[in-house]
Amino acid sequence: MPTKTVPDRNDGNFLQEVQQASEQNLTRCYQCGNCTAGCPLSFAYDIPVNKLMRMLQAGEKHAVLSSRAIWLCASCETCTTRCPNEIDVARIMDVLRHMARREGLVAEAPVRHLWDAFLTSVEKHGRVFEVGMMANFVKRTGRFWTDADLAPVALGKGKLGLRPHCIEHQDEVQRIFARFREQA
Amino acid sequence: MSVTQYAYYPGCSGMGSSIEYDISTRALCKSLGVELLDIPDWNCCGSTPAHASDHLLSASLVARNLAIAESMDVAGIITPCPSCLKNLKTTSLRMQRKAFHDKVESIVERPVRADLPIKSVLQTVLEHCEPEAIASHVSRPLKGLKVVPYYGCIMNRPPDVMTFDDPENPTSLDRLMTALGAEVLPFPHKVDCCGASLGLVRRDLVTTLSGRILDTAAALGAHAIVAACPMCQMNLDMRQSQINRANHTRHHMPVFYYTQLAGLALGQSESCLCMDKLCVNPADTLRLVDCPAAEERTR
Repeated sequence: MPTKTVPDRNDGNFLQEVQQASEQNLTRCYQCGNCTAGCPLSFAYDIPVNKLMRMLQAGEKHAVLSSRAIWLCASCETCTTRCPNEIDVARIMDVLRHMARREGLVAEAPVRHLWDAFLTSVEKHGRVFEVGMMANFVKRTGRFWTDADLAPVALGKGKLGLRPHCIEHQDEVQRIFARFREQA
Repeated sequence: MSVTQYAYYPGCSGMGSSIEYDISTRALCKSLGVELLDIPDWNCCGSTPAHASDHLLSASLVARNLAIAESMDVAGIITPCPSCLKNLKTTSLRMQRKAFHDKVESIVERPVRADLPIKSVLQTVLEHCEPEAIASHVSRPLKGLKVVPYYGCIMNRPPDVMTFDDPENPTSLDRLMTALGAEVLPFPHKVDCCGASLGLVRRDLVTTLSGRILDTAAALGAHAIVAACPMCQMNLDMRQSQINRANHTRHHMPVFYYTQLAGLALGQSESCLCMDKLCVNPADTLRLVDCPAAEERTR
């Protein structure tokens, strides 16, 4: 009887790459599920975090990097705090986002656009200019309704400056970004 | 009280959305003899967008600030913002490894020792002045005020990095608020995530997570939430109207920065503490402080 060929979903180097970039030993995960039990965003994830850890061990690169969960993680550090095997799970989630970007597999594009808009503002002014960042985010996503109801409140309370707080040596921060890109 | 000098890192939100936190932090530190010297020309630490994009970029943005602070004559670096704090402390810790240290220095193009102690303002205040000692300075006790302390998720976590208070059941804010005369209610959501910056992209997640915090605070009979994080405070206060609409609730729960309530108890005026910057009007709650009997009338 001919055997059905199963497409190879696994990438043998993936686990090694993630372990190296995160400086974590993922083989220590024994699926206790503490990370998922404590994760405040489990209810919104497509793949719960303990399952992501198992898929990492199995080398399921594409499925892990194209998950929505890695972008909805709020970096609250509950998983890292509660892991009985001292795996820095939140750091692994960071590393997965870095890799997903490089592979062009960003499942929650608006999150990425928000972060890019934030960093663009930092690169330009040295500090975040909240109004400028919001305008950039809207430009990138077309979501012109984002928090439109809060704008008058924030402006009325004097909480949104209409001019950026530029640092004196903006060029130093711009050079940090430039050298980082050269090295990357 | 003795005076100790610290390099102060206000964080970007302190210049805008959490300006009342910055102002009331400066006032509290001044009254307790903690002298703040702003890190000259400090830049943004990159917050979550940087560490979620690349760890070397995140560390390099932080390291420029560390280098500038190291040229100052200070006992350490302190910041009111937990997100800045986590980035500063994580970078300082990771830079203890030579290979990473050298990489970061080559990007920042400055020598960085990464050896200054880095603490939250909350930790600094409580180490500088025991709650009992602070109590002796109270001129307007917060008597009659029932509060829930909300630390946010990263003030104490991850514990290996933050090395302050308990990561699951911190008590520093509880002790401070009790010393100031407030009644502190046991709060199960002390360190639960509010949804952080997801409010801009997935508001549904923030209204769920922050809504739960407001629901429990109200169910416990709290008059106010005491916060220590600009992101948490903004989600609970500025977004409270959005939360009410999404969850069909009618919360009117003031969310103070702990520095505002501490300043109030230590005799600073409401205008100096920027109480008018809060979106949920705290006037009725503040009246309870003056006259506990008013609570009965407002109900």
